[in-house]
Amino acid sequence: MALTLLRGLKTHSFRLYPSLHFTRKHGVVFFSTKSAQGQTAAQEKQHTRLKVSSKTDSVKFDEISKNYEAVIGIETHVQLSTLTKAFCSCPYTYGAQPNTSACPVCMGLPGALPVLNSKVIEYAVKVGLALNCSLSLSSKFDRKQYFYPDLPKGYQISQFDIPIALGGYLDVDLPVEFGGGHRKFGVTRVHMEEDAGKLLHTGNGNYSQENYDSFPIGIVDLNRAGVPLLEIVSEPDMRTGIEAAEYAAELQRLVRYLGVSNGNMQEGSLRCDVNISIRPIGQLEFGTKVEIKNLNSFSSMSRAIDFEISRQELLYSLGQADEIVQETRLWEEGAQKTVTMRKKEGLADYRYFPEPDLPGVNLSEEYVNEIRDSLPELPEMKRRRYENMGLSMQDVLFLTTDVNVAAFFDATIATGADVKLATNWIMGDIAAYMKNEKLSINDIKLTPQELGELIASIKSGTISGKIGKEILFELMAKGGTVEGLIKEKDLVQIVDPTEIEKIVDKVLANNPKQLEQYRGGKTKLQGFFAGQVMKETKGKANPGLLNKILLDRLNSKS
Amino acid sequence: MLSSAQTTPRLLRSPTTTAAAAALKCSSQIITTRKSLISRQTSAVDLAKSFLHRLRRTEPQLNSFLYVPPDEAVLKQAEDLDKKIKNNEELGPLAGVLVGIKDNICTYDMPSTAGSKLLENYRPPYDATAVRKLRACGAIVVGKTNLDEFGMGSTTEASAYQVTANPWDLSRVPGGSSGGSAAAVSARQCMVSLGSDTGGSVRQPASFCGVVGLKPTYGRVSRYGLVSYASSLDVIGCFGSSVADAGILLNSISGHDKNDATSSSREVPDYASQFLEIDDLESKPLKGLRVGVIRETLEDGVDLEVISSVRDAVSHLEELGCLVTEVSLPSFSLGLPAYYILASSESSSNLSRYDGVRYGNQVFGDELNSLYGDSRAQGFGSEVKMRILMGTYALSAGYYDAYYKRAQQVRTIIRNSFKEALDKNDILISPAAPSVAYKIGEKKNDPLAMYAGDIMTVNVNLAGLPALVLPCGFVEGGSKGLPVGIQMIGAAFDEEKLLKIGHIFEQTLQGCSFVPPIVADEWTP
Repeated sequence: MALTLLRGLKTHSFRLYPSLHFTRKHGVVFFSTKSAQGQTAAQEKQHTRLKVSSKTDSVKFDEISKNYEAVIGIETHVQLSTLTKAFCSCPYTYGAQPNTSACPVCMGLPGALPVLNSKVIEYAVKVGLALNCSLSLSSKFDRKQYFYPDLPKGYQISQFDIPIALGGYLDVDLPVEFGGGHRKFGVTRVHMEEDAGKLLHTGNGNYSQENYDSFPIGIVDLNRAGVPLLEIVSEPDMRTGIEAAEYAAELQRLVRYLGVSNGNMQEGSLRCDVNISIRPIGQLEFGTKVEIKNLNSFSSMSRAIDFEISRQELLYSLGQADEIVQETRLWEEGAQKTVTMRKKEGLADYRYFPEPDLPGVNLSEEYVNEIRDSLPELPEMKRRRYENMGLSMQDVLFLTTDVNVAAFFDATIATGADVKLATNWIMGDIAAYMKNEKLSINDIKLTPQELGELIASIKSGTISGKIGKEILFELMAKGGTVEGLIKEKDLVQIVDPTEIEKIVDKVLANNPKQLEQYRGGKTKLQGFFAGQVMKETKGKANPGLLNKILLDRLNSKS
Repeated sequence: MLSSAQTTPRLLRSPTTTAAAAALKCSSQIITTRKSLISRQTSAVDLAKSFLHRLRRTEPQLNSFLYVPPDEAVLKQAEDLDKKIKNNEELGPLAGVLVGIKDNICTYDMPSTAGSKLLENYRPPYDATAVRKLRACGAIVVGKTNLDEFGMGSTTEASAYQVTANPWDLSRVPGGSSGGSAAAVSARQCMVSLGSDTGGSVRQPASFCGVVGLKPTYGRVSRYGLVSYASSLDVIGCFGSSVADAGILLNSISGHDKNDATSSSREVPDYASQFLEIDDLESKPLKGLRVGVIRETLEDGVDLEVISSVRDAVSHLEELGCLVTEVSLPSFSLGLPAYYILASSESSSNLSRYDGVRYGNQVFGDELNSLYGDSRAQGFGSEVKMRILMGTYALSAGYYDAYYKRAQQVRTIIRNSFKEALDKNDILISPAAPSVAYKIGEKKNDPLAMYAGDIMTVNVNLAGLPALVLPCGFVEGGSKGLPVGIQMIGAAFDEEKLLKIGHIFEQTLQGCSFVPPIVADEWTP
């Protein structure tokens, strides 16, 4: 399960001025797994601090809130999971020893030249198509120039004026807990670029070389340098922290469905920078926008945005709107607030120009069509299909969140299993088991075929629902087949009335005292007899049949 | 008093004689070397020793090399080759050929400084593709040659280490930026050498030093391992004392390279075959070839003696059967400003990586920007700084359209006008430079005058075309005259035709010996 939204019960509050507390709705908790490949869920600690704010202050702030509208846009960097880097043949493994995956090209050594990995184009086209963009059949790479120690060439190979994909949108279904609803968020552009290296700081402000301690630079790790990224820029279409977090979560689902990235936020495979401004409702011009960085989870995204909106609203309402300046702010998870990272001194001039070391990127119609035809069913299509099967939106969102869960569900119903029953099993016992054992759906031993078989066996009456549950856990933990387990454990339900009659008679004969009491009016003892029969049959007697026969026998004057 | 070398070159009257055919083959050091090694007339060790001896003797005056490995390293390779010969093993096409490599081309076993203090003692972990191919063909690298820092200059005076002298007159520049490679071949310090040509850096020094310089079509030779100056213009080029040597050298380094996305996957013709096969020359061996002389290159601003030398060479081509016409390229003069904008822009970007973090002397600063600023201020020479500043300016927001974009438009115009002219002509002719070699220091404080000297060559880089420069005569100067080079420009990937014409031109040019005075008494071709 990649992502589950649980209802956020908490509000979080913070103080800007001693005299005024205010709160935002929609505190959210996100649980996120490390990757689609089924690593265990790393649960995120919820840092929500509860502060009871005085009612009057809350009301006051709600009044303020009503007058403003937030405008939110998101820049997302998606690290592509190609086998090798964008412009050289180095592999990339997250967490490898520093500088063990670097070559003259990604180290930017004199004389080394980039050569494009064609998978990058393929993945970019996939994402472009999945985001309903129009593709630039003829695009190019450009150099974006700036100095930083993690940028070995002094420029980043990126795309400037002709991105590979333009003008699309992303469909999002908001969780039912947050009022639900469908949204279409615009996507401005998608472009390809290379990642930079990483600066490794040694702890406690002690930098590895004494000469460096006059400024905060430690070691440069170039393992990540040259890893392909897609930058996806949204239109400023989001209005709340939830909408923004859901946009990002949907992007994560999309890239995982497409298999182009593991979408893992903790490892930095999916990075979101958020731009926020607010404006009085009714005003057309945008306000001054603030960029927020360091958002390591959807939950921090949502909370950071809500904090920032409140901060700006408050400044507006106090007549201090001029204190909202164009700047980059950092989300501090510990303090649950945003703080100034750097104020922008005008627009940076990156001196973009076409990358002369790489030929232009030309896509043929055939190539694009081939990729379009090979696209898997995407989250939005799946949601609509499941909805049409009659599933509730809550069920739909649960099943489609993780591509592997959806695939499991699809494979289960392909065996002919009842849609609702399959959903209930997956969302109920299977999900609970996965959560307890910290397993993904691909880790459990149960196959969709066997789940289908299990559902069928219960439906046909071969086994009871109760036994079905027992088998399920066995199947999840150890594997095997439903048929095999039924045989092995002799679990076939007894549906032959004469056989049940025999056992009932035996039980009645063995308990004359209780029978007498029953016939003396203590009818509650029916349960006792049923239990005895079940004990005799090891739970295999068909309960309906058993009760019918038992009542017949108990009430018959023999 | 001029020696016989300065007399007007004469056409060889009867080029069909066998004597002429013999002379043809002997003009190539590579072919001669191969023959004498296989026939055991000489050994690779003896050959290497004689070159090393000459190199050691002349180097104090010339300063062509920034690095020469210990003799043993070179002789060891020659010994290995001699063993191979003894065992009758297969020899590569460049077996025993002693090659000089411009120091902006990476060699894993020697420093590669690009003539810059920023890369002092820098040893790359890999060989450039061209060097790797040379070695695979059996060539022996004798050292790394001097150049203007990062290839930016026309004299080698912008080298951070030394100024190379012209073997024809030690008080003059050898040209640049590949001045070391040109001087080394001219003074027979090595047989052939590699240079790089961004705006004429192979052709102009070839002209100044009286050797053959070949600038291949952009993309013909991999740039992988060539320290980038201006990526869209840079090519690795060849120096030889004959057209055949330059051609054979080109043959061994050409071809697609998976490490260079701008290298062409076009098949490489066997440039070498034609030098071997020409045994008989008809009386008009270049009959019917259309030669266009670029009018704008023989006008004001070009030394009269150079013009007259080139005109004589054109007459020579006519005698060989060429149909000569004059063509006009009105956009020709636009090439220089467009070139300096584009080359500076690209170089400002390419040189960003020399930031003091990984190479050169790091100047510690209070903050990051001063580390960058001070390391670069101390590491780069003034010519490089000037070009970085120009390029940074041209790419800046608000100026991009007026400079970089405009220059690209000019580039397209130039490319089209060359295409048009080459549709009507097999080759185009111009001088290689507006003058012969000038005095060291003469233009050092007048960069614009130096830049103007690139007028003949930059257009060819902008158009991405191949061009061959070969000595065609002399003008007065030095003790034995100063060589003049003629430039033949061909259609893209038509090096074969240039080499064929150049070869026949060279072989029929009588009365010219392009061996400089510094080695004239010991060198017998």
